[in-house]
Amino acid sequence: MLRFVLRRLALIIPTFFGVTLLAFALIHLIPGDPVENLSGERGMDPARRARLLHQFGLDQPLPLQYVRYIGQVLRGDLGESLTTHDSVAREFATLFPATVELAFFALAFALVVGLPAGVLAAVKRNTVADYAVMGVSLTGYSMPIFWWALLLILFFSVQLGITPVSGRIAVQYDVPAVTGLMLVDALLAGDMGAFRSALSHLVLPTIALGTIPLAVISRMTRSAMLEVLRDDFVRAARAKGLPRWRVIVVHALRNALIPVVTVVGLQVGLLLSGAILTETIFSWPGIGNWLIHGVQSRDYPVVQGGILLIAGIVIAVNLVVDLLYGVVNPRIRHA
Amino acid sequence: MMKRFTKSRSAMALTFCAVAALAASQAAAKGTLVYCSEGSPEGFQPQFFTTGTTFDAVSVPMFNRLVEFEIGTTNIVPALAESWTVAPDGKAYTFKLRKGVKFHSNANFKPTRDFNADDVLFSWNRMADEHHPFHTMTAGQTFSYYDDMGMKNIVDRVDKIDDYTVRFVLKRSEAPFLADMAMDFASILSKEYFETMMKKGTPNAADVYPIGTGPFEFVSYQKDAIIRYKAFDKYWGGRPKIDNLVYAITRDATARYAKLKTGECQVMAFPKPADLDAMKQDPALALQQKEGLNIGYIAFNVEKKPFDDKRVRQALNYATNKEAILKAVYQGNGKVAKNPIPPILWGYNDAVQDYPYDPAKAKELLAQAGHPNGFDVDLWYLPVTRPYNPDGKRMAELIQADWAKVGVRAKLVTYEWAEYRKRAKGGEHQVVMFGWSGDNGDPDNFFVPLLGCEAVKGGGNNARWCNKAFEDLVIKAAQTPKQADRAKLYEQAQVIVHDEAPWIPIAHSVRFDALRKEVRGYKMDATAHHYFDKVDLAAP
Repeated sequence: MLRFVLRRLALIIPTFFGVTLLAFALIHLIPGDPVENLSGERGMDPARRARLLHQFGLDQPLPLQYVRYIGQVLRGDLGESLTTHDSVAREFATLFPATVELAFFALAFALVVGLPAGVLAAVKRNTVADYAVMGVSLTGYSMPIFWWALLLILFFSVQLGITPVSGRIAVQYDVPAVTGLMLVDALLAGDMGAFRSALSHLVLPTIALGTIPLAVISRMTRSAMLEVLRDDFVRAARAKGLPRWRVIVVHALRNALIPVVTVVGLQVGLLLSGAILTETIFSWPGIGNWLIHGVQSRDYPVVQGGILLIAGIVIAVNLVVDLLYGVVNPRIRHA
Repeated sequence: MMKRFTKSRSAMALTFCAVAALAASQAAAKGTLVYCSEGSPEGFQPQFFTTGTTFDAVSVPMFNRLVEFEIGTTNIVPALAESWTVAPDGKAYTFKLRKGVKFHSNANFKPTRDFNADDVLFSWNRMADEHHPFHTMTAGQTFSYYDDMGMKNIVDRVDKIDDYTVRFVLKRSEAPFLADMAMDFASILSKEYFETMMKKGTPNAADVYPIGTGPFEFVSYQKDAIIRYKAFDKYWGGRPKIDNLVYAITRDATARYAKLKTGECQVMAFPKPADLDAMKQDPALALQQKEGLNIGYIAFNVEKKPFDDKRVRQALNYATNKEAILKAVYQGNGKVAKNPIPPILWGYNDAVQDYPYDPAKAKELLAQAGHPNGFDVDLWYLPVTRPYNPDGKRMAELIQADWAKVGVRAKLVTYEWAEYRKRAKGGEHQVVMFGWSGDNGDPDNFFVPLLGCEAVKGGGNNARWCNKAFEDLVIKAAQTPKQADRAKLYEQAQVIVHDEAPWIPIAHSVRFDALRKEVRGYKMDATAHHYFDKVDLAAP
C-alpha cells in the first residue's frame, strides 16, 4: 500500500512540469500581450511600451521567462496579477471557496439524483423508466452549459420569479467572510435570512453545473449495474432468498460502484472546468470567473497560477480516488 | 420534558432572530440602489488605472476633481476649485479652492483637517515627480493615464500660493488643460491619509482602501461579486438621496438584463443591442439614450499603396453606403459621420458636405488614379463589439459588397482583439476598422491622438497620416485660449480631413442605459460614466 502511494506521488513531479509548461506555453501562444491590453484604442509611445514590457519581465526570451517562473513557483511564489497587482495566491484563496461550495453542491446533486436514476434504469431495463432516464441524461449531457444556464434563469427566475438570477447572496445581507463558504458564514453569523438567501442563490448554478456529471454518473451506474446483475453471486444471493432491495443495494450496487467512483473522480476536473462557464453566467465570484477574465486581459501570472493550482487539486482528488478503490474493492489493495 | 422545552424555545428564538433580521434588512434596503455593473474594478485608486469600469467604481462615487464635467454635457463646472483664472499667455492656471470640504474616514484614518492646497500638490506631484516618496510605492504600478495624456510635456510644476490657492504652471499654452483636469486620473487624494498610513507602516493600504471627498464612502468589496458604498453625510455637494449604493458585478449582459427585470438591480450598464427593443416595450423599465462622444471609422494606411493617393481614398468614400450601414449595423441607433468628431462636440463643422454614396463617381476617380479595374485589398474588421461599433463583421461585409461594385476586391481579415490593436498600431494593415470614445469632450482629444503626426509613432493614428497644414491648425488650436477662436481652427482642420480623406468616418453611435421605473433623477453622462449621487428611489 505504501509503495502504491509513493509511486502515485512520484508521478506528480512530471505532471507538475507538464502542467506548468502547458499553461505557460498556451497563454503565451494566445496573441496579444498584457501591455497592449493596458492601452485600448489609444496609441502607446514605443519607449513607454518597452519600459512596461521590461517592468513585467516580458522582454526576456520565453524559455528564460519559463525558467524564472518555475524558480518562483518552487519558492512558493505564484507572482502578482498584472491587472490588480494583488498576489495570485491570495486572489485564488479568496475566490476558491465559492467554487468549492458550488462544485460540492453540483456533485452532491449529481450523485443524489444520478445514482438512484442509474440503478432504476438498470433494474427496470428496457422499460419506460429506463428510456426516460437515459433520454434525459443524454439530453443533459449534450446541452451546452451556458445555454442551459440561461434557460434556467429565464424560466425559474424571470418567468416564475422563484429563484434569484445571479450572485451568491441578496445584496442586503453583508455576511462577514470567515470560511469563504457563504452557507457556513451565514450560519456562523447566525443569520437565517442570509442562509436562506445563499441557499436559494445556489439552486440554479448547482443544477446547471451538476447536469453533465449527473448524466455521466447515471449512465455509468446503469451499465455497471447491468453487468453486475448478470453475475453469479447476484443470482446466488437471489437464490438464497434475500430481499430484492438487499440484493440490489448491498450486493450489486457495491460492486458496481468501482467504475462509478473512477468516473466521479474524473468529474471533479470537469466540475472545475464547467465552473468557468457557470460562474460567468451566474456572476459567481469563484475561480472560473477569475480565470476567464485573466485570459481576456492576458494576465499571465493569474492564468498560469490558476491553472497550476487547479491542476494540483485535480491531481490530489484523483490520488484520493485511487486510494478509495482500495476501500471499495480489497483486490486492488494488494495489487 | 425539560429538554424538549429548551429545544422548542431555542427554535422559537431562532425564528425570532430570523424575522428580526429580515425586518432589519428590509428597513436597511429602503434607500439602497443596486447597480448591475459590467465588471470588477482593477483597484480602488483613481490614478493607476484607465478603464471606465474602474472609474465608475472609484473616481465617480468616491472622489472629486478640481473641476468636473456637468453631468450629461462636457461643460466644465467648478468642483473642488470654486473658480479659476488663466494667465493671458495661457501658460498658468490659478485655482481658488473650495473651503470646508471634508474627507471620508475609515477604521484606520480620521481626518483632522479639511481639504486644502497640500492635497492638490500631493495628488499631482505623486504622479509627476519621480522622486516623490509615494511615486513608486506599489510595485509594478504606473500612472497610466497621466502618461497617456502626455502630461509630462504639458505641466511644468504646481505652486501653492496659499492654503486655498494653487497655480499650475504649464510648459506651453495648452487650452485643453482644463478639460484634462476634469478627468478621472486628476482626482484629489488626501495627503494626510497617505502620510498616516506611511507612519503606521502600511503605506499600500492608502491605495487599497480609498479615502476621497466624493458623495459616497467606501464600505466593502468582495472581489468579482459586490461593492458597497454608503452616502457621505458631510459631502460638500449635498448628501446623496439614497443611503446605500451597491454595485452587483454581473459580467454577462443577459444576466444583467434578467436581474433588472426581476428587480435585483435598478440600473444596468451596457445593455445588449439585441435587447433594446424588448426593453423599450417593458412597462417596468425605462431606457435612456444619449448621443455618444465617439466615432467609428475606417482608416486607410496612407503609407501603403494605393492609399498614398488621395483619389483612391476619396473614391472609396464615395463607394461606401453609410446609410445602409447605419440601418443594418447600428439598427438606426446612431448618426452617419462626416467628420472625425461627433456633432455634440463644440467645433463640429456642419458645413462639411459628406461624400454622397456614388459608385459611378468612385469608379471615375479610381480610373483617374490608374485603377480602372480596381484592386485587391485586405480590410481588417473589429473582432469585438465596441461602444462605437456594435458589429464589426457585419459592417465589413456591407463595405465589401459596396466596394465590389466599383471593382475593389476586399478580403476580410481579423485577429484576436489585443493582437488586432497591436498589429494595427504597428501599421501592418492596409485598411483598418477602428473607433474612439472621447475622454474629456475637447476636440483636441480626437484630432491629436487619432490624426496628429506624433500619434503615428504610438500607433493611435491608424491612417498614419501626417499633414502639415492640419497639424499646424490643431497645434495652434491647442495654444489658443478662447474657445470660439479654437472652434474656428478646428472647423478648418475638418475641411482638410474631409478633402484628404485619410478615413471613411462611418457613424457616431448612441449609448443606452436601462433602469427601472422607480429610479428618479438618473441622468446619462456624456463621457459614459455612471453617476448616482443625484438619484432617488420612488416607493415601488
